[in-house]
Amino acid sequence: MDKETKDVLLGPIHLKNPITLQVLGICSALAVTTKLETALVMSAALMFVLTGSNVVISLLRNKIPGSIRVITQLAIIASLVIVADQIMKAYLFGVSKQLSVFVGLIITNCIVMGRAEAFAMANPPWKSFLDGVGNALGYAAILIMVAGARELLGSGKLLGYELMPTINNGGWYNPNGLMVLSPGAFFIIGLIIWVQRSYAKKLQEVSN
Amino acid sequence: MELFNLFLKSVFIENMALAFFLGMCSFLAVSKKVDTALGLGVAVVFVLAITTPLNNLIYKYMLQKGALGWLLGAEQAATIDLSFLNFIVFIATIAAAVQIVEMAIDKYSPALYGALGVFLPLIAVNCAILGGSLLMVQREYNLAESTVFGVGAGVGFALAIVALAAIREKMKYSNVPGGLRGLGITFIVTGLMAMGFTIFGGIQL
Repeated sequence: MDKETKDVLLGPIHLKNPITLQVLGICSALAVTTKLETALVMSAALMFVLTGSNVVISLLRNKIPGSIRVITQLAIIASLVIVADQIMKAYLFGVSKQLSVFVGLIITNCIVMGRAEAFAMANPPWKSFLDGVGNALGYAAILIMVAGARELLGSGKLLGYELMPTINNGGWYNPNGLMVLSPGAFFIIGLIIWVQRSYAKKLQEVSN
Repeated sequence: MELFNLFLKSVFIENMALAFFLGMCSFLAVSKKVDTALGLGVAVVFVLAITTPLNNLIYKYMLQKGALGWLLGAEQAATIDLSFLNFIVFIATIAAAVQIVEMAIDKYSPALYGALGVFLPLIAVNCAILGGSLLMVQREYNLAESTVFGVGAGVGFALAIVALAAIREKMKYSNVPGGLRGLGITFIVTGLMAMGFTIFGGIQL
């Protein structure tokens, strides 16, 4: 792998992470992370849509007129989301019920639009494909961290298996109810950002 | 009375930004100053109030199972279910409505247009708007309910973003640890706000 490919593929996992640095796709990152399972399914769905839309938009990039590019991009993305949604309804009905509107909201997930606009419109298909995979991985990494922490601390389980037996079930762990509610998600992402930026000091912002 | 309850519920208990995490990207990006936050908030109320009932009508008369009855006759339409197309139809409606609203405001109220400025086109990809329409379908609201829900959800979002912007303006003078500066502390503050809003959680209207 030459340096450029590596940069495009692996950059978004740490130094150009879509959630913690580009501030893209936060809505779904917060909403689907009460359980690890939904987070994994959501990441897979996003990877499918993001790579698909990046490749298609990149293939069409010289044919899309500038003045209607947003609506063209939206149409491409929405079609891919419909496909993903139908597949999930067919094979993963339970999870798709839990994700409820958030599958549909991949359309307006800023990662997809943001990468289409910032990368796929200016780069050839193969590089756009790598960019899509890389950004989806960066998104998935944060989602898995947040969902893992929330499920473990909030209910003592991971992927439905009880790791820390709760008091209700005769164990010792007193579940932290805050983690299951929305504030928990905000705090955990805030803390992840803190750790990441303390480690890589050049990412720190100057002012509040 | 029921409609008023629904309004209160969508503003406080089921706040778009703090309870459902919708519209987060612009919520975090456009909350540095109270003025701009207010502009975005007003624009969101405006667009939600128009697109939610509009999409409700479209869903009821075109997409729902058997909804084409008025066009093809009840029997033939009973087997047609276009609801899987709702994503693409809704987003097209929203994009078109945003464009029309933008042109209308530009013509009739240039002052408001200047104030809303760049936020109007951005709203087409704000997930709070599409989320409003999708939640409306999921909860099977009728036309009146979806109008009230649209306005309420918009007001809730505006309230939250203005409050956050006010806190961030004050925070300029605090000494935040390097790693938390900017985005990190904004998340923590939003978390605290969300915690405040959970007190509405148990209220039954």
